[in-house]
Amino acid sequence: MELQSLIYIFVGISFTIYIGIAIWARAGSTKEFYIAGGGVHPIANGMATAADWMSAASFISLAGIIAFKGSDGGAYLMGWTGGYVLLAMLLAPYLRKFGKFTVPDFVGDRYYSDVARTVAVIAVIFISFTYVAGQMRGVGIVFSRFLEVDVNTGVMLGMGIVFIYSVLGGMKGITYTQVAQYVVMIFAFTVPAIFLSIQVTDTFLPQLGLFSQTSFAFDSGVRVIPEGTYLMHALDQAVNDLGFNNYTEPGSIFNMFMLTVVLMAGTAGLPHVIVRFFTVPTVKDARISAGWALLFIAIMYTTIASVAAFSRVNLISNVQNVDYKAFVAGEMIRADGTVNNGAWFKTWEQGGLLAWNDRNGDGKIQYANGAAFDGAKGKPVYDGEKRGINGQRLTINAKGTPTEAELKANNGVANEIYVDRDIMVLANPEIANLPAWVIALMAAGGLAAALSTAAGLLLVISASISHDLFGQVLMKDKKTGKSTLSEKAELNLARGAAVVAILVAGYLGINPPGFVAQVVAFAFGLAAASFFPVIILGIFDKRMNKEGAITGMVVGLTFTFAYIVYFVFMGGAKEDYLFGIAPTGIGTLGMVLHFVVAYFVSRATPPPPAEIQALVESIRVPSGAGAAIDH
Amino acid sequence: MDAEKAQAYWKENIRTILSLLVVWFIVSLGAGVLFIEQLNAIEISGVKLGFWFAQQGAVYAFVILIFVYVYKMGKIDEKYGVNE
Repeated sequence: MELQSLIYIFVGISFTIYIGIAIWARAGSTKEFYIAGGGVHPIANGMATAADWMSAASFISLAGIIAFKGSDGGAYLMGWTGGYVLLAMLLAPYLRKFGKFTVPDFVGDRYYSDVARTVAVIAVIFISFTYVAGQMRGVGIVFSRFLEVDVNTGVMLGMGIVFIYSVLGGMKGITYTQVAQYVVMIFAFTVPAIFLSIQVTDTFLPQLGLFSQTSFAFDSGVRVIPEGTYLMHALDQAVNDLGFNNYTEPGSIFNMFMLTVVLMAGTAGLPHVIVRFFTVPTVKDARISAGWALLFIAIMYTTIASVAAFSRVNLISNVQNVDYKAFVAGEMIRADGTVNNGAWFKTWEQGGLLAWNDRNGDGKIQYANGAAFDGAKGKPVYDGEKRGINGQRLTINAKGTPTEAELKANNGVANEIYVDRDIMVLANPEIANLPAWVIALMAAGGLAAALSTAAGLLLVISASISHDLFGQVLMKDKKTGKSTLSEKAELNLARGAAVVAILVAGYLGINPPGFVAQVVAFAFGLAAASFFPVIILGIFDKRMNKEGAITGMVVGLTFTFAYIVYFVFMGGAKEDYLFGIAPTGIGTLGMVLHFVVAYFVSRATPPPPAEIQALVESIRVPSGAGAAIDH
Repeated sequence: MDAEKAQAYWKENIRTILSLLVVWFIVSLGAGVLFIEQLNAIEISGVKLGFWFAQQGAVYAFVILIFVYVYKMGKIDEKYGVNE
C-alpha cells in the first residue's frame, strides 16, 4: 500500500482509540476530573506516567540531539530518568499520603499560607505553558510532514483531539488514553530502532547494537572504515576525520554536572508528573508506580543512545559524496546494489529543516564540521522558492567556495549541508529505506508522544486555576476556610479553564515563539529551583515554616528566571557566566540558593503551628492514606 | 502508632533512602559525569565505560534502585505494622 494511505490508517486508528477511551472514561466529579478518582492501578499509572513524561522532545528530538552532541547528550538521558529515583524516594509516597488534588494544594496547606499557594499556582502555570509550547511545535512538525496538511490545520486537529478527551474525561480520560498512547509510542520507537540495529550492526536488540561491529564498509568520505569495526570506533573515526569532536569524548564536566542535576531535580519537581502519583490508591502503590513508570520509560531511553549512534552513522554513510540530483530522484545505487533513496532529503528540504549549498560546484553533497551558511547558527535563509541548477532550494546566505583552511581542518571535506536535529528520528526510517508501515507507525508514535504530554499539562493548568486559584484562594470562605464553589460549579470551571488553556496552547502552536527550544530549559530550571526544594523541605524538615518556604521559592525562582532571561534572551555574553555556568544548568544553583535561604530564614522566624507539625508527622507514615480527601 | 515508634520508623526510612541515594549518585553523577574520563579508559566491545554509564548504564541502575527501594520499604512497613 502507498505510504500516505498507510499513515492515514495508522493515525486514524490511533485517534479513534483515544476518543473511544475518552467517551468510556468520562469524569463525573471533581475527584475524577483531577485525580481519576484515586483508584488507578499502579501499572496502568506507570504507563500513563511514562506517556505523560515522554514528550515530543523525548520522542522526536532527543536522539537527534545526542546524535550531534555525542557523549554530553548523556546528561539528558540520566537527568530525565534519574529524577524518577528522587521522585520515588523523596516525594511521591508522602504526597500520596497527604492526599489532595494538586501540588499547590500541598504547598498551601503545608505552609499554611495563601501567598505560598499563589506563588505555587503562578509557577505551575508558567512551567506548564512553556512546556506545552514545545509539544505544539512537535505536533506541528509531525502533522505537516506526515499528513501533508498545513501546520496550522495540523495544530487545530491536534487541539481538537486533546479537547475531546481532556475536557470530557479530565484526569480519568487522560489516564486511560495515555496508557494506549504509551503502547503506540513504544512500538513506534522501538520497531524502527530494531530495524536500524539489524541494518547497521546485524544485532537484534538496539541496546546491544551499541557494542556491535559495523555490518558494512563505512565510507566517511575521508576513508573507508572496514566492515567489522566496532561501531563506536567507526563512529569516532568518521566524525574525527570530518572535523567534529570525538563522539564519545565528554566536553565540560562541570556544565554536564550542573545540567544533569537540574534535569533530575526538575523532573522530580514537574507538577504534571507529580500529580500522577495522586491517582493511585495507597502509598505503597505510589512507590511501585514510580518503578513501573521508570521501567516503561527505560525501554525507550535505553534505545535512544543506540538510535542516536546509528542515525549519525547512517547520515554520514548515506549523504556523503552522493550526487544530489540522482539521490533525491531515488536513482542512487550503493556499492552493494541497494538503492539509496534520497526522497526524504527533498521532503525535509521543502519543509525548511534541511538545506544543501553546493560550495565546490561538484553537484555532490558533502557533510563535515562547520557551517555551510552564514549567520545565525548556520541556519539557511531560503530565497523564496528559487531553485539551483540541480533542483536544490537556494538561500540568500550561502557561503562561497571553501577556503584552504576549512578544507585542511576537515581532511579536504567542506560542509555543504544544514540538518535540523529535530528531523533525525522522524527521517531515520526513510534514510534507512525501511518499509512504509514503519514510517506510518512513526507518525502515529510522534503524535501520541506530543498529545499525551500536552493533555497532561493542560489538565494541570486547568486544575491549578479552578481548584487552587478559584477554589482555595479567590472563592474561599474566610470563616470556614472552605471553597464556596459547589462541586458542580468547580467541575464546570475546571472544564472552562481547560478550554482556555487549549486555546492558548493552540495559539502558541500556530504562532510559535522563536525560542521554543531554549524555553524548555526554563521549565526544568524553574521546577528545580521551586517545587523540588519546597516539597522536600515540607516533608523532611518539620521546622520549615511559611517564611522560609516563601522566601526560598521567590529567591530560587527569581534568580533562575533572571539568569536565563539575561543570558538567553537579552544577549548576555558567555564570558559573564557566573562561575562559567551555562543558563541550561543554572537551575541547580537556584535550587541550592532556595535550600540555603529557606533554611536560614526559617530558623530566624517562629516554628510552624502544632497542627502543621502533626500534619508532617502524619505524611511520614504510610498507613491510612485511603482515598484522597473530598471536599 | 505512638510517637516513639513513628520516630524509629522514620529513622529507618531515612537510612534506607540515604543508602540507595548514594548508589544513585555513584552510578550517574559519579560514573557518568565526574569520573567519566577515568572510566573511559576501560573499553568493552568498543564502548567506553564512562560513556556507557552516561548513556545507558545509569538508566538500568535507576530502575533496579526503585524496585529495591519498594521491596525494602515493604519490609519496614510490615515490621512497624504500617502497611495496608
